[in-house]
Amino acid sequence: MQFINHLEATGRIAAGLPLAVDGVDLRFGGIHALRKVSFAAPASEITAVIGPNGAGKTSVFNTISGFYRPQAGRILLGGHDITGVPVHARAGLGLARTFQNIALFRGLSVLENIKLGGHHTMGAGILSAVAYGRDARREEMALRAEVERKVIDFLELDHIRHLSVDVLPYGLQKRVELARALAMRPRVLMLDEPVAGMNREETEDMARFILDVQEEWGVTVLLVEHDMGMVMDISSRVVVLNFGEVIASGTPAEVRNHPQVIEAYLGAEAGEKA
Amino acid sequence: MSEFLEYSLLGLFSGGVTALIALSFVLIYKGTGVVNFAVGEFMMLGAYLYYLGSVTYALAPWVAFVLALLGIAGLAVVVERAVLCPLSGQPAVSVMMATIGMASIIHGGVEAVWGGDTYSPPTLLPRTPLAMGEILIPGTMLGNFAVAALLIAAFLAFFRYSKTGIALRATASDPVTAATLGININYSQRLTWVLSGLVGTVAGVLIASSAGLSPLLAAAALSVFAAIILGGLDSILGAIVASLLIGWVEALGAGYLGGKSRDVLPFVLVLAVLVFKPHGMFGTRTIERL
Repeated sequence: MQFINHLEATGRIAAGLPLAVDGVDLRFGGIHALRKVSFAAPASEITAVIGPNGAGKTSVFNTISGFYRPQAGRILLGGHDITGVPVHARAGLGLARTFQNIALFRGLSVLENIKLGGHHTMGAGILSAVAYGRDARREEMALRAEVERKVIDFLELDHIRHLSVDVLPYGLQKRVELARALAMRPRVLMLDEPVAGMNREETEDMARFILDVQEEWGVTVLLVEHDMGMVMDISSRVVVLNFGEVIASGTPAEVRNHPQVIEAYLGAEAGEKA
Repeated sequence: MSEFLEYSLLGLFSGGVTALIALSFVLIYKGTGVVNFAVGEFMMLGAYLYYLGSVTYALAPWVAFVLALLGIAGLAVVVERAVLCPLSGQPAVSVMMATIGMASIIHGGVEAVWGGDTYSPPTLLPRTPLAMGEILIPGTMLGNFAVAALLIAAFLAFFRYSKTGIALRATASDPVTAATLGININYSQRLTWVLSGLVGTVAGVLIASSAGLSPLLAAAALSVFAAIILGGLDSILGAIVASLLIGWVEALGAGYLGGKSRDVLPFVLVLAVLVFKPHGMFGTRTIERL
């Protein structure tokens, strides 16, 4: 896999890669969670996946992350099939994500949590020391430190870097999780409900950070979100899921007026009237 | 007073080795969530491998020691892959029963091969006793304590500062998130079993070379369970403090109340602490009841 080696060797914050979900079918016993789901997230753009509860949004995310193996279909990152790549190896390919329920490591400080984001860039321990050589290793460590500094600066976390994440308010914890994902130097950043449970002000802050991240780093962003206002404001493309199927996709304006979308959100009668 | 001091020192020193066994247990509980009831048997088997190398094959003690470590590390990998990996995701009780099964197999295997006799493998450490005024501390005991203390300090530093140690902590605290950050959790869990096996083997060899080797060695893990529960199942620091405390209480009991109290006192202490702190002295509050 030359393409993987290349990514690992360069290891820098690089331009975003396109991500595509191609005909993914996912079943859990009798439950058909995803039916032939296909959509594309173009490189360096913000794409949102929306849909009512239980539509399969998180299943899509977990399939892209590698937690679920689809019965059919492929996941393409930068045009390469990564469907069979294990979860932990996808980090090295440039895939980073946050979770709907904050998944920070409790008991560790903000900085330690963020540092764990850089973990994948070098193999652990003695073997990697031999494989990389001293200079390459030092260069890599310096680059990591620089990325961490930049991320902390960027997300305005400097004043709390040494606090334990347990004591932080909800909004800040979400931001630390975003920082950790950025410290992975992702080329595709997946955000699972980044503003869930946030008040208006926190939501606006987060929306601004996501936009800045995309502009500054050129990273591809794929997000799942319930907050319709935010989705329509910041995304360039929207994919609508309902009962495990893609019912519409396009620009926010196209999707907003799509009859099936209105039906899914407001119920069948409203759909007929529209 | 000097009697009290003597008992206290002896107790704390023997508590050091108990702490190693406790560490062997807590590593696995913290790292993989498995309650490993075979911890004493792993330790015993390590000591028997050491005996096999150093006496049966007449190798130099340190060579036999290294071979025993390698043997147990290999066994840990096999056990993790063949028994625990397939059981991952099963209820905690099933996994616990599997470790009890492994304990029986190892115990039976050891008795089948070596019988129930007591052997004395050679010691790795100098036997010169240390005289502190009127108090005479046996050399092996002091050596055991020193080795245990060094190893524990090394482990704490490893978990605190090394990249691999931090990855292991991350895996322990949230395997799913750890995987998305690029940590290979299968590798982490296998490594956890290996480290636990190595620590257990060191403890087993230390005990066997100072107190003799028989299948009863596995029972040494019993008082360790007291220490682990007292310290909090998932706290390395708690396991260490509790081990020293229990060693101390045992020695005082044995000194003042006679040797039989040794089997009772630790559990009285545990009961007393648990009434007031159900999660142990240092444990986190989310532990399920077993």
